[in-house]
Amino acid sequence: MIYSDIVIAILILSVIFDLFGLKNSLLTRPLFWSSYAIILPFQLLTNWWLTSRNIVMYDPDVISGLRIMSAPIEDLIFGFALILNIMGMWEYWGAKGVQKD
Amino acid sequence: MREFLVLKFSYLAMLVFTAVASFWLEFAFKVHVLRRMKRVLLSLLPISLGFLIWDAYAIAQGHWYFDKKQVTGLNGPFNIPIEEIFFFLVIPLAVLMTLEGVTRLKPNWKNPKSR
Repeated sequence: MIYSDIVIAILILSVIFDLFGLKNSLLTRPLFWSSYAIILPFQLLTNWWLTSRNIVMYDPDVISGLRIMSAPIEDLIFGFALILNIMGMWEYWGAKGVQKD
Repeated sequence: MREFLVLKFSYLAMLVFTAVASFWLEFAFKVHVLRRMKRVLLSLLPISLGFLIWDAYAIAQGHWYFDKKQVTGLNGPFNIPIEEIFFFLVIPLAVLMTLEGVTRLKPNWKNPKSR
């Protein structure tokens, strides 16, 4: 599987996990979207840094070719899935009563 | 020569930037993410390990690769640059600090079950 396929699969799994695996879905809450709105510019900036300077490079055969601020669109989706999963786990353990405050 | 040495930290510089840009929330907003290390590790380890396995696979397959001049050259297991390993520690911490920062501003947005 190429990067584009893997990242779409990971995105779908992450969304399903959030909506059905966790009791309090983040995707349906303003907390998540407000937090992500703050993170997004930093995500674009750091992705831009890594790709515009060619610190990280990609096999052109494994990406769609669609780029946002120099970074492959796949990187944006990759980051989104990472962010969603990390926040989802954090909220999950919080709901379980692990170190609430 | 000096330029060459600075270049080696191109990737690490971005991680330091992310840490500086977010870790102040720990003190200013008292988000207490670092203080809740058990919850951090329980949240971070399964996800970051999963993404690192993907990273190892993508590097092995040549899906992505790194400019040797712009990374330290120190590699962890499976040829994963240490920068990538730090990435999956620093980024999740920055994400959680942002989430907790927003929670401090909007307490009624908190997970109903963790209130």
